Amino acid sequence: MALRFSDPTVLPSDITPETVFNNRRRFISASFASSSLILLPNARADQVANKSKASLDFKESEFSTDEELTSKHDATTYNNFYEFGTDKEDPVKHAHLMKTQGWQLSVEGEVHKPKIFDLDALLQLAPLEERVYRLRCVEAWSMVIPWLGFPLSSLLKMVEPTGNAKFVEFLSLHDPEQMPGQYYNVLDWPYIEGLRIDEAMNPLTLLTLGMYGHRLPNQNGAPVRLVTPWKYGFKSAKSIVKIKLVEKQPVSSWNKASPNEYGFYSNVNPEVSHPRWSQRKERRIGEFFKRDTIMFNGYGEWVSELYRDMDLTKYF
Amino acid sequence: MFCVALSCFPLLYLIFKGANQDLTANPIEYVSQFTGWWSLTFLIITLSITPARKIFNQPRLFPLRRTFGLVTFSYASLHMAMWAFVDQLLDVEAIFQDVTQRPFIYLGVGAYIGLTILALTSRWSIRRRIGERSWELLHRGIYVVSLLAASHFFILVKRDTTEPLLFCLVLLVLLGYRGVSKILSMTR
Repeated sequence: MALRFSDPTVLPSDITPETVFNNRRRFISASFASSSLILLPNARADQVANKSKASLDFKESEFSTDEELTSKHDATTYNNFYEFGTDKEDPVKHAHLMKTQGWQLSVEGEVHKPKIFDLDALLQLAPLEERVYRLRCVEAWSMVIPWLGFPLSSLLKMVEPTGNAKFVEFLSLHDPEQMPGQYYNVLDWPYIEGLRIDEAMNPLTLLTLGMYGHRLPNQNGAPVRLVTPWKYGFKSAKSIVKIKLVEKQPVSSWNKASPNEYGFYSNVNPEVSHPRWSQRKERRIGEFFKRDTIMFNGYGEWVSELYRDMDLTKYF
Repeated sequence: MFCVALSCFPLLYLIFKGANQDLTANPIEYVSQFTGWWSLTFLIITLSITPARKIFNQPRLFPLRRTFGLVTFSYASLHMAMWAFVDQLLDVEAIFQDVTQRPFIYLGVGAYIGLTILALTSRWSIRRRIGERSWELLHRGIYVVSLLAASHFFILVKRDTTEPLLFCLVLLVLLGYRGVSKILSMTR
């Protein structure tokens, strides 16, 4: 008869799920393998970085579209990430300067149980799902990207928002040495974004840790970012360090920079044009012909309820 | 002719990049931006000929005004074609809406119409026909065109206005030079 030792202080919910356990071992062994690559004389930084982005296990999601994926090359070389420069090719060129090891995400504010999460804790917080979402940039181009993450609501439920939590504010990394674009005040740094609490709790809102089956590349907002597919892309904050539950509506960076052009809600809406260009059409990257833009980027089924009584021309 | 050959370099570079599939994930946007930027640059080069001629006392430079003016018109035509044909696919209704509602578009279209008029009247035969004075007056329109083009660029940029501002600055210097020398010659 085998003796079993049970530690009564370990709760069932503390037990690491097997898939996550395997993930961590794979991550650690992949990190070992990749660090040995540094010894190779011609190992390029991006090759090393790619190898250490271990592949992740995930389950599929009912929220995924079956449209054709944008190529990983396009999705990782054509980015708006002004922290690294304002050209589309700047992020892939300079994002290697950002260090994601030891990253901490602080969740605080109007919550009963504020907590600081490291990446391991985030990876084991909830089972990872692959969500193939459309991403529609305010500049009128779009992509289809297979994100990996879990609903933001899972994270928020853990910290127990108080009754005063009406909005969620997201702050991104602010360190010009790692993000040299921040030496220029093209926007007020750090990058700030915000959602109403019900938008944040919506099942579509994804706390994102990976894409294309691997951890996020730096230029796509590593190591943890937000994806809100029914809003213009700039609402999907990247490289988040702090999530704060607040009572008053946050002032997002683009709204601060140009209040008549970038509203707090910024829901994808072909009927409401940007002051300088129309939003009726978009160019799907990889396609030649433009396509019509769809209300809420086609996610109205899950989000139109949130705005039932709102004038979306006024609250753009 | 040498200058014409030199002016082809940006275009050749673009074709080379296209052959290598190196036109970014959004090639239509990239080519539009590229041709627009070079139109403005050649416009500035065109406007620099007269000051250069005066400062370095090189009358030989004069014919280059027409050369670079036409190069500017060529790149601008490419830029226009990218928008009207490739981007808008000759969707007349969408084009009409854009032209009447979007300032940066009607400023750009205005600049292009100006360039077209100047290109069409750039030959000596036309110059003789409409008379020296009228021709000179007409071709002062290049100043208006340059202001329209610079404003077009400035308005369409989202946030990083460094480049448009640089262009405006250079234009100011070039136009200012003419303004100042005119005032000086009048007071002499």
